[in-house]
Amino acid sequence: MLILRCPYCGICADETELTPGGEAHLTRFGPGSTDEDFEAYLFLRQNPKGVHIERWCHTCGCGKWFHAVRCTATLEIFGTYSAQNLRPPPDIIEAIKIRRPDWGGFHK
Amino acid sequence: MSNAVSVLGGAGFSGIIRVVDAGVTGMITLRGDLACPKIAGAVKATVGVNLPQARNITQNGHNGAGWMSSDELLLTCPYEEACTKVEKLEEALKGEYFLVADVSDARARFTLTGAAVREVLAKGSPADLSPGAWPVGELRRTRLGQVAVAFWLRDDITAELVCFRSLGKFVWDWLNVTAGDDVPGYF
Amino acid sequence: MSERLAYGGRLIDRTCEISFTFNGREMKGYAGDTLASGLLANNQVLVGRSFKYHRPRGIVASGPEEPNALMNLGKGSTFEPNARATTTEIFDGLTARSQNHWPSLEFDVGAVNAIMPLAFPAGFYYKTFISPRAAWKHLYEPFIRKTAGLGDAPDAATRDADRYEYFYAHTDVMVVGGGIAGLAAARAAARSGVRVLVMEQSAHWGGRAPVDGASVDGKTADKWVKEGIDELSRMPNVRLRLRMMGTGIYDHGFALGYERLSDHKGAAGTLRHRLWHIRAGRIITATGAIERPLSFAGNDVPGVMLASAVRDYAVNYGVGVGKRVVVATNNDDAYRTALLLKDAKVEVPCIIDARPDPKGTLPEKARAAGIRILAGKAVSTAYGSKRLTSVGVCAQDSDGRKTAEFECDALAMSGGWSPVVHLWSHCGGKLTWDADRAMFRPDHDDLPPSGADGIGLVLAAGTADGEMRTAAVLENAHAAGLRAAGVIAFSDGAGTAAAEAPYDGPSGTDAGEAPMLPVWQMPARLSKKAMLKTWLDYQNDVKVSDVRLAAREGFESVEHTKRYTTLGMATDQGKLSNINGIAILADSLGADIPDVGTTTFRPPYQPVSMGVIAGEAHGTIFKPMRRSPMHDWIDANGGFWEPVADWRRPYCFRQPGESVRDAVTREILSVRENVGLLDASTLGKIIVKGPDAGKFLDMLYTNMMSTLKVGHCRYGLMCSENGFLSDDGVVARLDKDTFLCHTTSGGSDRIHAWMEEWLQTEWWDWKVYTVNVTEQYAQIGIVGPNARRVLEKMGTHMDLSAEALPFMAFGNGKIGGIKARLYRISFSGELSYEAAVPANQAMAFWEKALEAGVGFGITPYGTEALHVMRAEKGFIMIGDETDGTVIPQDLGLNRMISKKKDDFLGKRAQERSFMKDPNRWKLVGLETMDPQEVIPDGAYAVDGHLRHNGVRNMIGRITSTYYSPTLKRSVALGLVERGPDRMGEIITFTNPGGQEIEAKIVDPVFLDKEGARQNV
Repeated sequence: MLILRCPYCGICADETELTPGGEAHLTRFGPGSTDEDFEAYLFLRQNPKGVHIERWCHTCGCGKWFHAVRCTATLEIFGTYSAQNLRPPPDIIEAIKIRRPDWGGFHK
Repeated sequence: MSNAVSVLGGAGFSGIIRVVDAGVTGMITLRGDLACPKIAGAVKATVGVNLPQARNITQNGHNGAGWMSSDELLLTCPYEEACTKVEKLEEALKGEYFLVADVSDARARFTLTGAAVREVLAKGSPADLSPGAWPVGELRRTRLGQVAVAFWLRDDITAELVCFRSLGKFVWDWLNVTAGDDVPGYF
Repeated sequence: MSERLAYGGRLIDRTCEISFTFNGREMKGYAGDTLASGLLANNQVLVGRSFKYHRPRGIVASGPEEPNALMNLGKGSTFEPNARATTTEIFDGLTARSQNHWPSLEFDVGAVNAIMPLAFPAGFYYKTFISPRAAWKHLYEPFIRKTAGLGDAPDAATRDADRYEYFYAHTDVMVVGGGIAGLAAARAAARSGVRVLVMEQSAHWGGRAPVDGASVDGKTADKWVKEGIDELSRMPNVRLRLRMMGTGIYDHGFALGYERLSDHKGAAGTLRHRLWHIRAGRIITATGAIERPLSFAGNDVPGVMLASAVRDYAVNYGVGVGKRVVVATNNDDAYRTALLLKDAKVEVPCIIDARPDPKGTLPEKARAAGIRILAGKAVSTAYGSKRLTSVGVCAQDSDGRKTAEFECDALAMSGGWSPVVHLWSHCGGKLTWDADRAMFRPDHDDLPPSGADGIGLVLAAGTADGEMRTAAVLENAHAAGLRAAGVIAFSDGAGTAAAEAPYDGPSGTDAGEAPMLPVWQMPARLSKKAMLKTWLDYQNDVKVSDVRLAAREGFESVEHTKRYTTLGMATDQGKLSNINGIAILADSLGADIPDVGTTTFRPPYQPVSMGVIAGEAHGTIFKPMRRSPMHDWIDANGGFWEPVADWRRPYCFRQPGESVRDAVTREILSVRENVGLLDASTLGKIIVKGPDAGKFLDMLYTNMMSTLKVGHCRYGLMCSENGFLSDDGVVARLDKDTFLCHTTSGGSDRIHAWMEEWLQTEWWDWKVYTVNVTEQYAQIGIVGPNARRVLEKMGTHMDLSAEALPFMAFGNGKIGGIKARLYRISFSGELSYEAAVPANQAMAFWEKALEAGVGFGITPYGTEALHVMRAEKGFIMIGDETDGTVIPQDLGLNRMISKKKDDFLGKRAQERSFMKDPNRWKLVGLETMDPQEVIPDGAYAVDGHLRHNGVRNMIGRITSTYYSPTLKRSVALGLVERGPDRMGEIITFTNPGGQEIEAKIVDPVFLDKEGARQNV
């Protein structure tokens, strides 16, 4: 039962007010893409033990999609930010590095 | 408009708080860039109130403007005026990128009155509704039991609650049960 | 003889007598008694039979850890099985019945099981009932059902008279446990100003300290607790709740509190339980500890009790559990019980102490009081069946040869204490083994259960943290309170760091204790025969012999042993038995206890009522039900309801005396011949507006929407990125930038969310806004040859002619004085209009239409008529013809897939090789050879071949199947392998009875292929 701060409305929303959307920062592959790329886009996910960037929608609230960075082992939240980003903002990257010095960083 | 009836036809019920179907209400969804001065101007000109701060609702009698999201407002007005106000907004914002829709009929509205109003709502909403966390004038979109709602406090003991019309009877039944006779006395 | 003592009983009111019954016998107790203390005061020691062997069992404990004293309480609408006597407060008129015996508690035929405990060892059921297979269902299972089990199941026809609810509370600090540790922690936290919620599962503050004789700040614990509660209740930031148990701790500070509001009042029909959903910044578990039984032969004979429970009954309730009470222990604490009993003029023949040389303060006091101490000794056997009669004594370091025997009617045993670490562990808190005190306690060095901020979320305090001396308990709890409030840092440096402050928490003193001696079985070399009568888990009848057998059979993991033996799997979840069982397993395996480890602690800490789990969601508010504006009218006019997503829609309208099937037939024929009225309000309606709206809809739909002319409608299909059909509906272009998209009834919220997801997360630079206006408009269909006449009769200035308003066009105007948008669309193949009117005025419109339609044979019709008519026309239905694996091409809808578009959602997936497989099952119509025979829905087509596994090869299935009154024959749609290439072929379907039905593959459009009926 997570509690995540929606970066749009500022509400610390209960998990029951949110809808999960899986791994964030996926690249959409459409017509013309290779079978491998398309398969990876549709089905392959990182599923790490540790730092995970994921999508959430504040469904029972302002209705906005945002991203949360969460440790899947301890459920620590390193930050949330608007889904309209191609990569996590620098302050969030910094927050992750402080708490998880071994983190491999954001790759896309 | 004499044909218009709200979902419970204005019914009321008294338990530990009083619950009343607030009748037909004009409601307009306005989506657009809330930082755009033209929008603030159009809102002021149409419903006579200033743009609300994030998560707040500014009200003046039947008229009001509530912050629903970073690009969405809920404007309220008398039911009969909603159509003309929609036209007025369309006119005022012509050329802008926006969406205005009359949603007066899409919703049920209840007025909840009584000292225990926060605690009745806290039987169904995971939001922190204690006085320190939920001040008068803050519009909270959340869930009540299993359904999505929005509510705000007009004053310390009066809350307005809005839900989808099709769920009006369900919410009414829910309030009849939870506003029955006991609250924890937590707040 | 167990009886009320002449004095004592800090929790009872001797001036207020209360009557209750046990197995029909009337008994007297006092206000403040638990059912257990009330029973003991009436010399009722035997309270139930065990689960497996039906052994006579008595009360063992005084709190929620009690394994034996489970009762059937109340009757009828207030009946509840498996209530613990130790946590049930008595009230006037309470009725209790003992459980799990037949015909009576005193004489139980099932007790024959106990004569041969060897016949029911661990794994007995697995080994015995494995074959023959059929015997399980017809022989073993019915027998086991009859003999096993706990309380009675409530009568199926009776409804719970009481009410339940949820409550959502937020707090900075939540404290579980209202003993001295909980109160010290709460006070430390509260003084810093943060919000504090303290809950205590029992009806009283103070916990064990007042019973154990501790003093705090130079006062009796009782006095200190009272003053502490006074102080806390005056603080505006503190909330105190009695009769509320912390049942579980979950992620990010979510916790559940189970509040029992009226169980102690005995009033029916009131708010009974409340489930608190709590969000806490930090949670302090000051949950104390539970005493462990000793493992000796006959340790389940009624009269054998925990030493702490014996003390509780004497001090709290003024009840002496026996006239002659032997004490058996491996620690100093049990001496408190002996001394107390001696003071209360109860005979204590001896203290059997497994330690070779007990000489702490308490043993010295006992010696001084003249109590005989048998050092280095053990209980060889407890004798008696329904009541303890005597205790045999042997050397602890022996194989059990009896050296003496003492007559007694109660035995107070103590095997040491186990901190209540359940809540600490719910959220992942690890444990460490404290060998000196023989206990698992919270491990602060390992990763603590942390919150969203990564800082420790759960803080164990006092005895729950492994502290056993009063001074240390208070110090520990005070620090936990300060940490939770952010006043001082955590030991790992996390959280707020503040300067060292002098200790200003409470100070405590107690008698002090010499070290205990871990004793896992009595005597040390327990004989094989004795092991068969040495119980570990009373409630599930698990003995030392069972755990040793499991170890011999290779169950090395504690989790496996638990499941194999059922140790700790009863309703008490092993509160008394787990540590003893783990120790026996470790010994059997030759391993250390910490290496064996504990089983997983899972919520709830104690069972909670089924009612409170449902909360208020019961009856009409069990599940949300969406109602259209015409709901009440439909209900009053024969509407036969069916659920459609969360909506209710009428399947048909039954006239008095009419069958459902007849009603459907009448409705279909009325629509085809005259005119029908349909409530289609549940249809989803989403406005999509903006300069990029057309471009956006071109991505969403498989066909082209951007070319749609203003004022016109176009049917569209939506697919997921997997390429599978997800929704369909008619799109209307309201103006250049604005479209109105109709979705299926079940799809409105899902499709709106789908649109927003793409707009917000992928194409956020596109200028498109959406709003879901499903509920703004009721949609009313006027369908059939007379549709135009009905609308004209209702009164409208709109030109409804085929030229002015052709098929797939719409207009705006007033009909019957009500503002409407009128679409000319058809799902039936008839001349058909759908009017979208404001929901608040929909009922007025509906009635006007009915009135206008009187002369035209207007007939309200339901969803079944709608379905039959669309199937006659070969129109697909999302959810019937589609199931999440069907692409538009499978349904012959290739014309709906734009070839001009570079991209749309699902396009890439539809290019995958298996999507282009020519052998895919495709949509066809099916006509049975016998026109009156209707193929069952979902029936499979077979081709006469067998697959490698012997299953008949399937080549298709039925997706929609009806009897068509219009065509006077059955019609079906189905997906068949290469179906469209096999027109005219006859294939075989099977029905659930195994019979075969032959059907001919035909075109899916059965009626009016040219569309002559709708183009008028």
